This record gives sequence, C-alpha cells and structure tokens, in this order.
Amino acid sequence: MAKSLEQVEAEKSVDLKDPALAAFLAWLVPGLGHLYQGRTAKAALFFVCIMGTFVYGLSLGSSDAMGWGRVVYCSWRGANQWHASDKRLQYLCQVGVGLPALPAVVQALRARDGKGPLFGNGFMYPPPLTGHRQGTDGFNYFDEHGQPTLDTLHYHLARFFELGTVFTMVAGLLNILAIYDAWDGPVFLETTGKDDDKDDDKDGDKGGDKGGDKGGDKGGGEKQDDQSEASSDAKTV
Amino acid sequence: MDNLLLGVVGINDMWYTLPLIVAVSLVYSATRHEEVNPILVHALRIGVWVLGFMGVIFAVLMLISWQA
Repeated sequence: MAKSLEQVEAEKSVDLKDPALAAFLAWLVPGLGHLYQGRTAKAALFFVCIMGTFVYGLSLGSSDAMGWGRVVYCSWRGANQWHASDKRLQYLCQVGVGLPALPAVVQALRARDGKGPLFGNGFMYPPPLTGHRQGTDGFNYFDEHGQPTLDTLHYHLARFFELGTVFTMVAGLLNILAIYDAWDGPVFLETTGKDDDKDDDKDGDKGGDKGGDKGGDKGGGEKQDDQSEASSDAKTV
Repeated sequence: MDNLLLGVVGINDMWYTLPLIVAVSLVYSATRHEEVNPILVHALRIGVWVLGFMGVIFAVLMLISWQA
C-alpha cells in the first residue's frame, strides 16, 4: 500500500525534542517519552499495550493464597545444599518496562538483608528457596516472614507462573522498541506498491525487490539510503 | 486418544497468545509509522502473518507428533 504525499510529509514533522530525556522517560513509564514529545496517540498506544501486557502478566502470576505479582522478582542466588540456584535472568527483560518493575529491586535488597517484604502481600518479593511446612494438606512451605517458597509458588500457580513470566518479559522487551522510537523516531517504511517493486528490479536493487515489510526492514541499496536521508532530515533533533 | 486430549488442553492455552499478538503487532507497527491509520493497517498485517506462521508451526508439530 503506497503512502500518499501528505502522509509522508506528516511523518517528516516529528519533533523529538531532547531524545535522551525522551528515551529515559520512555523507559521510566511506557509512553511517557512520547507524551513529552507531544506524540499523544503513540504515547497512549504504548502505555495501553505495554502496561496492559505487564499488568496482565502480573495478574496471571498471582493468587489469593500466594499473593500478587509473584512472577516479577529480582534474584541472583547461588545453589545451596537444599535447592538449585535461582538466577532470575527473566528480570533483565522485565525491567525494560521501567518504574513498574522497580519495586522488585527494593524487595530484593530487603530480602538480602533478611527483612520481610516492604509492601503488599509479598508483591515482587523474591521467594525464599527453603521454608517450613504449614498444614498437612498440599505443598505449603513458607519462610519466617510468611512468604511461600519458590517450589510452593510453582506448585500452586503451575503453568500460570510461566505464562505470567512470559507476558511480563514481552512487555519489557516491547518497551525497548518504544524507547528506541522515542530516541530516534519511527522507522519510516518505504512505499511498497507493485510499481515500486518493478522499479527496484530494474535498478537491480536486491534489497528492495521483495516489497512489503522486508523491503522496509531489510532492504539495503540506494532506496534504503534515500529513506535514511529523508528520515534524518525530518527529525528535529 | 490421550494425545488428542492433551492437544485440546493445549489449544485452550493458545488463547493466551491473542493478547500478546495484538500488543506485539501494535507496538511493532507503531515503531514503523507515525500516523494512526498506517499503524493499524500494518498491525493487522503483522497480526495475520504471525497467526498464520503459528498455525503452520502448530500443524507441523501436530503432524510429526501424531501417533495413530
């Protein structure tokens, strides 16, 4: 679908203001960087999509018995004689969502000092690796702060622990795209009409000969260079 | 028969991919365009493409794991 001249012109007038500040704000709260740049529609879109995904993931990894927001936590614990290590690499993706994932750091620092959770019913608190059994029914192991162990979380939340983890990770990774958009503006797709493809073939431009997204994403050659020039002129940095 | 039952359970879980596909399509498209209409059109195209790709992978996995 070819873009009209008006659309191209409209896209050229993106004022990025201070890109570094916008990128930082975009990391802090999804969409905030775009709001600062006056790109309200995209700010709303990023906020709703990314925060919606993150909160939905949090809710999947929650239950009345286990507490809320169990799938986002910061942990780098080695193995001991009772349990395998718990190095939560997933948090590196989750923290891409910014401020909403930062309570996990506070809770992790408290857990490291042997303190209980600061707020909520263990909200984003790293689950202990060992605990004492409570009751006789089911698998219920809790530590001295009343926090369920990691095994207990897996037992009760089952596959929703993984589902929640995936949703929150995807939210963090999506926000990285949004941060880049706040930093450098949108990647302008070239026109993708059939006529353009024919022109590309005539010019021998191998990067642009497939049309569609591939032409915009991967297309090398002079058409891509022209596009880069157009976009760099357009951005008011 | 057991495999078929497991497959049905798995299909129910596949509904969780829908919100992910919507979010990913919209955010990805929004990094490609500035105006709302091109974003939505591009998102629809990507969403359909992802669904189709997943459908093909799903069919292939079902076929190779099929036990008569």
